[in-house]
Amino acid sequence: MKGVLDVKRLREDFPILHQTLRHGRSLVYLDNAATTQKPRAVIDALVGYYERDNANIHRGVHELSQRATAAFEEARAKVQHLLGAAHPSEIIFTRGATEAINLVAQSFGRANLRPGDEVLISAMEHHSNIVPWQQLCEEKGGRLRVLPIDDRGELVMEELPRLLGPRTKLVAVGHVSNALGTLNPLREIIALAHEQGVTVLVDGAQAVAHTRVNVQDLDCDFYCFSGHKLYGPTGIGVLFGRRALLEAMAPWQGGGEMIASVSFEKTLYNVLPHKFEAGTPHIGGAIGLGVAIDYVQSVGLDAIAAYEGELLAYGTRALLGVPRLRLIGTAREKASVLSFVMEGVHPHDIGTILDQEGIAIRTGHHCAQPVMDRFGVAGTARASLALYNTRDEIDALVAGLRKVAEVFG
Amino acid sequence: MSDVRELYQSVILDHNKRPRNFRKVEGANRFAEGYNPLCGDKVTVQLRVEDGVVRDVGFEGSGCAISTASASMMTESVKGRSLADAERLFQQFHDLLAGASRKVPSDEQQQALGKLTVFSGVREYPARVKCATLVWHALHSALEGRADPVSTE
Repeated sequence: MKGVLDVKRLREDFPILHQTLRHGRSLVYLDNAATTQKPRAVIDALVGYYERDNANIHRGVHELSQRATAAFEEARAKVQHLLGAAHPSEIIFTRGATEAINLVAQSFGRANLRPGDEVLISAMEHHSNIVPWQQLCEEKGGRLRVLPIDDRGELVMEELPRLLGPRTKLVAVGHVSNALGTLNPLREIIALAHEQGVTVLVDGAQAVAHTRVNVQDLDCDFYCFSGHKLYGPTGIGVLFGRRALLEAMAPWQGGGEMIASVSFEKTLYNVLPHKFEAGTPHIGGAIGLGVAIDYVQSVGLDAIAAYEGELLAYGTRALLGVPRLRLIGTAREKASVLSFVMEGVHPHDIGTILDQEGIAIRTGHHCAQPVMDRFGVAGTARASLALYNTRDEIDALVAGLRKVAEVFG
Repeated sequence: MSDVRELYQSVILDHNKRPRNFRKVEGANRFAEGYNPLCGDKVTVQLRVEDGVVRDVGFEGSGCAISTASASMMTESVKGRSLADAERLFQQFHDLLAGASRKVPSDEQQQALGKLTVFSGVREYPARVKCATLVWHALHSALEGRADPVSTE
């Protein structure tokens, strides 16, 4: 594993990792699917922006505004490069993946869904890729359909052709499941959907930090993610949309920035991407995200994927050695996530005992209650990996879980 | 509190493993449901109240060790009490975990709450306080005769 990534050195880039918690324990941070920690470069970029360049963008004639505008637009170009999009105007800054999905539901969805039309999601979606479609279907008299998953937590792909019908207007599917870690076969899904002329949105919130993404290669129509799960700040996210689609879509929020001209009789909308960015955006956040992208690209997404893949395999083997532990999500293709339950122990109790050992994991339903229902559990404990995690940390997790088994023996 | 054993005391682990009054109550005339949207845990409380006294009480649902033990011990504590008494106990339990009072239970609390003071350790775990108090909020709601589910949020 050494040689793939120099993790010891990379850990030095993350100030937060080097701290002692209240019981004298070193922090073992394994809650990366909730949010990742930030490298020094991102923190410095935020400070630097507010110390030197802070100004409103796009309309100022003064130097600070020009600097801020240039940095903001440079960040957009970095996102375009990360996703392999054809043009920077296809990159819309949002508050996060949730807002990006809501944008598509409110704009594309409202314009295209007629009574009886269908939106197809999968059974492993995060609530943020369920609820906006439910709301849309309710409003428009549409129908939400669900592609099932099997016992490993993989999509039942044989069902897909049957579920894609003449009434299907959109497929909305996650790239990587936050609750199970399943890496979905996007290429196949998108190809099948496109055969039927169906638009596809991909929720990439759990994917972008762990695997290389190329939206042109995937041929997807919408792709979204949150900056804070990619070592960037919270409050900033991205919607990629195919240009022709975005151009045909109406703005979903009105205000400043998104207009070309306003009179009381008529408002002309601004061009892409500004049409969808009403109000002053999270300028510092976008700049921080740009720096986070620089960071992962300097480390190398392929190297990160290879390293994390090894670590995930190591973690999977290690967890299977813990008494009474059952993994939830055993797909053949996975990224980052180790979700599990222990017989006779509620996930919250696992979380509290691990917390005492300085180990941060997530417990509960992970905003994916239908997934929990599918596996017949109220919740799971979830450890999720990032590029700075180590085998030693996995070993600490396993030792902590043995303690859980002992307390609840 | 450095050891989880101070939170997960043997009495809590015991009630978690073998919850008391984990059942429906025959002839129940007061009901309440508690829900914690953060973890999806649900608990229902059933009471049979006669002549202003809690004659029988039971609970159902699934939850963590803290919430299960809390529910189990709640049922043991309120059975046979008058409505006013049970309500007072709810207030005292709530104060023990979430009140502004000191960390160590006072003699008065000790006396009023008896073995329920085993939950005083939960104070140290802010994220877990709701686990212990959820069933008590459901009880409070049932005592008041309200039908709406209570939520921790």
